[in-house]
Amino acid sequence: MKEVKEFVCITCPMGCRLSVEVEGEEILSVSGNSCKRGWEYARSEAVNPKRMLTTTVRVEGGDQPLVPVRSEVGVPKNSIMEYMDFLNAQRVQAPVVSHQVICELPGCGVKMIASTDIAAK
Amino acid sequence: MRELKEHYDIIVVGGGPAGLAAAVQAYDQGVKDVLIVERKDKLGGILNQCIHTGFGVQIFGEDLSGPEYADHYVQMAAERKIPVLCGATVLSINQDQSIVISGSGCGVKRITCKALVLSMGCRERSRGAVNIPGSRPSGIFTAGLAQRYINLEGYKMGKDVVILGSGDIGLIMARRLTLEGIHVRMVCELEPFTNGLTRNLVQCLEDFDIPLRLSHTVTMIHGKERLTGVTISRVDENKNPIPGTEELVPCDTLLLSVGLIPENELTLRAGIKIDPVTGGPLVNEHMQTSLPWVFACGNVVHVHDLVDYVTMESCRAATAAVTYIQGELPRFREEIPTEGADAVRYVVPQVITAGDDVEGDLTLYFRVKKPVTNAIIEVSCGDWVFYRSKKLKMIPGEMEQVLIKAELRDTFDAIYQENQTKGMLTVPDVFQLDKQRKGIVDTKLTVSVRSEDDR
Ligand SMILES: Cc1cc2nc3c(=O)[nH]c(=O)nc-3n(C[C@H](O)[C@H](O)[C@H](O)COP(=O)(O)OP(=O)(O)OC[C@H]3O[C@@H](n4cnc5c(N)ncnc54)[C@H](O)[C@@H]3O)c2cc1C
Ligand code: SF4
Repeated sequence: MKEVKEFVCITCPMGCRLSVEVEGEEILSVSGNSCKRGWEYARSEAVNPKRMLTTTVRVEGGDQPLVPVRSEVGVPKNSIMEYMDFLNAQRVQAPVVSHQVICELPGCGVKMIASTDIAAK
Repeated sequence: MRELKEHYDIIVVGGGPAGLAAAVQAYDQGVKDVLIVERKDKLGGILNQCIHTGFGVQIFGEDLSGPEYADHYVQMAAERKIPVLCGATVLSINQDQSIVISGSGCGVKRITCKALVLSMGCRERSRGAVNIPGSRPSGIFTAGLAQRYINLEGYKMGKDVVILGSGDIGLIMARRLTLEGIHVRMVCELEPFTNGLTRNLVQCLEDFDIPLRLSHTVTMIHGKERLTGVTISRVDENKNPIPGTEELVPCDTLLLSVGLIPENELTLRAGIKIDPVTGGPLVNEHMQTSLPWVFACGNVVHVHDLVDYVTMESCRAATAAVTYIQGELPRFREEIPTEGADAVRYVVPQVITAGDDVEGDLTLYFRVKKPVTNAIIEVSCGDWVFYRSKKLKMIPGEMEQVLIKAELRDTFDAIYQENQTKGMLTVPDVFQLDKQRKGIVDTKLTVSVRSEDDR
């Protein structure tokens, strides 16, 4: 089934309005882009949109209650709220060092890493 | 830290990204006797609470989170064993090249220096500064305070939120609250356009179907003890609420993201000249303030949207402070003011130096007041336009810059061509030439942005 998806390109401040015609995983056409980068963006947004996920995870025995974490790479956008539920249930023991792997997201397997150090209390 | 001394060659006020970069740069340029004074008990400034990514793309070529970016510089300062005094506030800057600090560990102390770098960042405008009528219930926070509560303390301030202001902080908080399961009803923006970056508009609002109400503001606050709702109204071109457009929006929390103000009480009291538009000290291209031994960089000068530019600006300020100490930063015979025209809101530096001994490239930073498409950017001296470029789109949320190369030759327009017999023109030459023509033109450097469409 053919489908038309609309996005705003965020690759540069122009913010072109893109319109992508897709059939399943296949891109039939892209319009509205002013350059090639817009085409690339449209393709990834239409097929498998990804976002960096940043949040916090509870720390036990630390001098701070939370450690900021981020995904190592982009994660599937449509599952973000499920990942949040998963991450809110996680606990990590202090000390935490920057870039330590806190956990892997179920399904996509992307690693969540600490953004900073948290010392033990 | 080791024993606090009574004198340092350079003292840096504020240990955010600006102060850290300035201290490291000063050290690397040969002034090793540097002290950083930070009010909080941790270095890193506002970046500690900015857990989202989007930092460092320019400098590190990597999309880092705020804490990661800050940690890079905290580590650099530590490697150089630069002394840091945390939990101490600078209370005053005195004319005798000294400052007074007060801290729990050190008490009240006077310290002298050869040069001072101001990097105190900025603070948020609060409800008092926007004047919304109605009651004074709890549940009203500035967006930055809410960010601090959620990201550092894990404290959720409410369940149902309205955000006033669509600058980057407002947008980023809309996403952050949504991720934490808090319902964001809408973001209201007084202007007919958003002040945030397009990236944030898409990834923070559209991704989560959060409505953005442009040309809307909060006109009344309801609730006795706790906020129960706000009235929003559409505004006309003059930003006055239009009667009859009121709408009651139930909510228990209102976040204000209505602007940042450079933190300059200290600067003002020292008698340093302030630019009323930026709210920061007036600086020349060396980031030198009107008090020659005082330099400034980062958000204390003007609000930056990208931390990478804060770092670059701070390196320039520190390099100039080092040169000043070495007695090599010339006292300028003449200072030429810059100004913004047409859609340009402000230009930094506010003055540039002139004279035979001035050399090098010159970068002018500025912001537009409103979005401009098919923009023509011009820099002129009187009626002489010597730089021109085009940009498809410019928005108030992004700081813009023009680089005026010491060898202006390539970018000069037709008028320059006439004068080309004089050989290669450098920046100071331009002004000498201008001086010869004095009486005909103003000695002022004007940056203007117009839309080609408006012709
Ligand atoms: C919510 C938010 C989101 C942002 N998002 C991005 C982004 O995605 N990407 C990006 O590149 N940039 C972003 N920025 C911009 C960037 O973070 C800032 O421009 C930068 O942090 C400013 O650095 P600074 O050192 O000038 O100020 P600050 O980080 O504010 O540091 C100032 C320091 O000075 C200290 N201080 C103040 N007064 C005194 C005193 N009298 N005595 C002693 N110490 C004092 C303060 O405690 C503070 O630690 C964001 C900013 C905010 C607020
Ligand atoms: S399509 Fe090209 S010009 Fe348009 S926003 Fe995307 S990158 Fe910019």
